[in-house]
Amino acid sequence: MELKTKIHAEDGKHDLTITREFDLPVELLFRAHAEAEIFEQWMSHEYGTVKVVKFEARRHGGWEFQTSDAAGNVIFSANGTIHEFIPDAKITRTFEMANSPFDVQLEFLEFERLSDETSKLRMHVVYRSAELRDQMLKLPFASGLNMAHDRLQDIVGNLR
Amino acid sequence: MNLRRDVFQAIADPTRRAILVLVASQSMTAGTIASNFDTARPTVSKHLQILTECELLEPEQNGREIFYHLNPKKMKEIADFIEPFRKMWDDRFNKLEAVMKKYKTKK
Repeated sequence: MELKTKIHAEDGKHDLTITREFDLPVELLFRAHAEAEIFEQWMSHEYGTVKVVKFEARRHGGWEFQTSDAAGNVIFSANGTIHEFIPDAKITRTFEMANSPFDVQLEFLEFERLSDETSKLRMHVVYRSAELRDQMLKLPFASGLNMAHDRLQDIVGNLR
Repeated sequence: MNLRRDVFQAIADPTRRAILVLVASQSMTAGTIASNFDTARPTVSKHLQILTECELLEPEQNGREIFYHLNPKKMKEIADFIEPFRKMWDDRFNKLEAVMKKYKTKK
């Protein structure tokens, strides 16, 4: 089966590209990235609820969001600046993880109309170094391991 | 418990990555590996020890000599590390698509 979301990351380089085709008109794909309440909906997941704290959808605007766990504790927070905001075409922004040692990254989001009902997103992400890119790539891998470990602990804990 | 994290620490070092590339072509003794580097022999031995400990290299006794060869299974694990990152974005975008389809019908 053809994978819908593709990651292109060349060895030793400090950038990567995420591409994805959507069964949506380009206007709706762009709206999902341009309206806080919609962004909150698709960025929330079973481990956390996303709350947009600040969202200035314009050139030189700022953005910030927080992810909270079921108990309401903030488990993740990110922010950045918007440099370009061209409806249905392009967003250029920075992304910074709060309370982390990781340097800010630069993101170019390009929205392309494929047909009346389909569209494509190309996200080009530039990191300060190749090492940082690889570290960021491994974060979901590492947290996946942690979650698997937590689940294992739960199961083992229940056995006692 | 931190075995897998150690794998990534192991490949974070440029000399150790070079050793892996070298050994990928054929099994070698520590001496042959060391002769390919300007680094002092004990330093190379230390790198080999780390790579062996996290199972990226497997030592094999052949007569009086020990040959190091790659552990393909472990290398595959590293190649697969990008998959959880892809999956994370795929899940997000699937959700985006589902959420926006509701807005589509509202129009």
